[in-house]
Amino acid sequence: MTRWIKQVGWRHLVAVLGVVFALVPLLFVLSAALNPLGTLSSTELLPTGASAENFSRLLGRTGFPHWFLNSVVIAGLASAASVFLSALAAYAFSRRRFAGRRVGLLSLLLIQMFPQFLAVVAIFLMFSTITDLWPAFGFNTWWGMIFLYLGGALGVNTWLMKGFYDTIPKELDESAYVDGASHSQIFFRILLPLVSPILAVTGLLAFIGTINEFLIANVFLTEGDSKTLAVGLYGLIAGSRDTNFGMFCAGTLLTAIPTVGVFMYLQRYIVEGLSAGAVKG
Amino acid sequence: MTTQLGGPATRALPASDPEPANRRERGTSVAGLAVKIVLLGLLVSFAVWAAFPLAQDEHWVGLGILVAATALLLYAYLTPRHIPAKYLLPGTVFLVIFQLFPVLYTAGTAFTNFGDGHRGSKQDAVVAIQTASVTQVPGSTEYALSIATTGDPATGGLVFLITDPATKKVSAGDGSGLKQLPAGDVTVTSSGKVTAARGYTVLTVGQASARSKEITEFAVPTAGGAIRSTGLSRAYEGKAGRAYDAATDSIRDTTSGKTWKADDGIGSFVAADGEKLAQGWKVNVGFANFTRALTDDSIAGPFLGTLVWNFIFAICSTGFTFLLGMFIAVALHSSRVRFRNLYRVLLVLPYAMPSFAMLLVWRDMFNTDFGLINNLLGIHTNWFGGAMTARIAVILVQLWLGYPYMFLVCTGALQAIPGELVDATKVDGAGAWKGFRAVTLPLLMIALTPLLISSFAFNFNNFNAIWLTTEGAPFPADNLTNGATDLLITYTYRLAFGASGAQYGFAAAISIFIFLIVAVVSTISFRRTRQQEEVYS
Repeated sequence: MTRWIKQVGWRHLVAVLGVVFALVPLLFVLSAALNPLGTLSSTELLPTGASAENFSRLLGRTGFPHWFLNSVVIAGLASAASVFLSALAAYAFSRRRFAGRRVGLLSLLLIQMFPQFLAVVAIFLMFSTITDLWPAFGFNTWWGMIFLYLGGALGVNTWLMKGFYDTIPKELDESAYVDGASHSQIFFRILLPLVSPILAVTGLLAFIGTINEFLIANVFLTEGDSKTLAVGLYGLIAGSRDTNFGMFCAGTLLTAIPTVGVFMYLQRYIVEGLSAGAVKG
Repeated sequence: MTTQLGGPATRALPASDPEPANRRERGTSVAGLAVKIVLLGLLVSFAVWAAFPLAQDEHWVGLGILVAATALLLYAYLTPRHIPAKYLLPGTVFLVIFQLFPVLYTAGTAFTNFGDGHRGSKQDAVVAIQTASVTQVPGSTEYALSIATTGDPATGGLVFLITDPATKKVSAGDGSGLKQLPAGDVTVTSSGKVTAARGYTVLTVGQASARSKEITEFAVPTAGGAIRSTGLSRAYEGKAGRAYDAATDSIRDTTSGKTWKADDGIGSFVAADGEKLAQGWKVNVGFANFTRALTDDSIAGPFLGTLVWNFIFAICSTGFTFLLGMFIAVALHSSRVRFRNLYRVLLVLPYAMPSFAMLLVWRDMFNTDFGLINNLLGIHTNWFGGAMTARIAVILVQLWLGYPYMFLVCTGALQAIPGELVDATKVDGAGAWKGFRAVTLPLLMIALTPLLISSFAFNFNNFNAIWLTTEGAPFPADNLTNGATDLLITYTYRLAFGASGAQYGFAAAISIFIFLIVAVVSTISFRRTRQQEEVYS
């Protein structure tokens, strides 16, 4: 018995403590979302009642459905496009030797280190001009927001992917090259399928990052139905923290759905990709 | 780590094909060609579409850049050469427009006094000073006034619609001056009040009184002074009490006779007694913003304290999450533990929750009166009231948000470590702890150091973590701009957009400091792991 505790038992103990730590705040959110009173001060750790009142108020009386759609579209398109752009760039950095390669890799890292949103004044002024010239890409639009997020597409993701590409033997594409494949065929037919784990991981990270991005979206999306979940939900409790707390928590739970969905969908790649990508930085 | 199979001779692919015949054969698959034609066609039509507004507004520089960029892209994809460029350009275009350009613009701002009171040109400042000093004098013309806007009634820019009492002509006035409206476009009552005008939204009495403070301060510049409102339905044209004299380059107050001389070094009008007018203009101030952060006592002291705490925060957030994540991953790394998958799913749940929302929830869980933490522990601690407790609280929140990610990463890395290595240490007689120290941990660290560095860089500038929980609180009584949990980034944000007036120039200078610090720390760390990596090859 003591042997069991020494070898396996403590592992369960650690896992259970970890799970408790993970779940207490989530239980609190669930309890608040189900709380019929919907206020912060009346919320306990365990649900004190079960009502869908908060959910129906959230869906019926706020712009939540719009926010949800905006967030899913913007985060979905922006993360997919950014994964594709950095997959292209990582191919060049991993498989090609060209002048300025090292400088390019280093400058990518450096530009990323500039506190991005402090450029928000510059971005604001720039988009004021864009809104005048091309309203379709200006403030309060999906496209403007997506393009803005794509500015950071190259960067950490490219590094992560380059590390993964490096682990794939170069003999594979060399033999394809000898057989007459063009560089684009090598990239799309041979490399991309092999690196799908890292595509999944960077895609998930980009999706989570974009859904959670608050500051730039807050400056950028000001008009009613254009807001994302982060901006909209923040607005819910900005004025009246206590009274709207139940609705806020209901919104938090609903917001997690797309992330959990993407996570489930990509799950089989995630652990593999995270570790393999990490090995090479 | 080079792959064992790839020797140096076979590393590089030939950049371009040696024989032209070979080249023709490659890349000419029909589908590939069709995709290429369609994409380039889309690019050209997008460029043409984008060119029209530029040409209409006579933005010739912008149009030139657009044409040059399109030509460059077409060239890159139509020649068989420059293969790396074909892969790098799409991302680079976005990087340059939306990342590099704003960063350079911000860096340029760091050398100016850009901010509240110093936004526009000297000309703008003179106009603003003159219109602000307008007073009603006997004989001023009186107009009937309607307040309108071109945008949203609650927030759009104000426009005064006024009717000249003599000619009955209606004009619209905004910050740039008066513009006469065609008689057919407006509906005017017999008293001269405008009730509707094409292109403008006339505010109702309720909407107008909600913005009465703005309306009182609003002035339409005219030749001899400005038009201002008295109440919501009358306006007068007053004379400017302060006038600009170009010969002496100064502002003179006509009643008191006091003069403020223009100082182009600091972008303000300054009187002999040192008094500055609030309205100035944007000028280059050299390194003044940078030296101010280092030498001004009221800023340098708190700045240093914030810097130290910023490092502690980033190191603790990264370190504790890594330790906890690794510990649980190691505990679960045994095939003898049942329910491993269930544990994993539950442990990763915090990672799937939207972090911005959970930060706000945690803020409420630390609430003194009805927060969950105090309730569960049966205590009454004012967590965000004291510097120490507030700092512990934000690091605890970071721990909760961050450890599932580290757990996932460590789980993956542990699975990549060959089991034979660990078994070998057992055969050699090492205990579990010693085996972990000597074999597993070093291998884990090789795998995870780059991730830890980027995690550190991220946490160093983790704006949301502070802004959505404490907003930098608690603040010392004598300094309301720099709180105990403030990171450099939240401090900078308050400088740039805070209530006490925007100081974009100064904020930009601090963000350059932040950039330098993070860059130096990361470069040093990357250098140290360089031997283990192939990233510089």
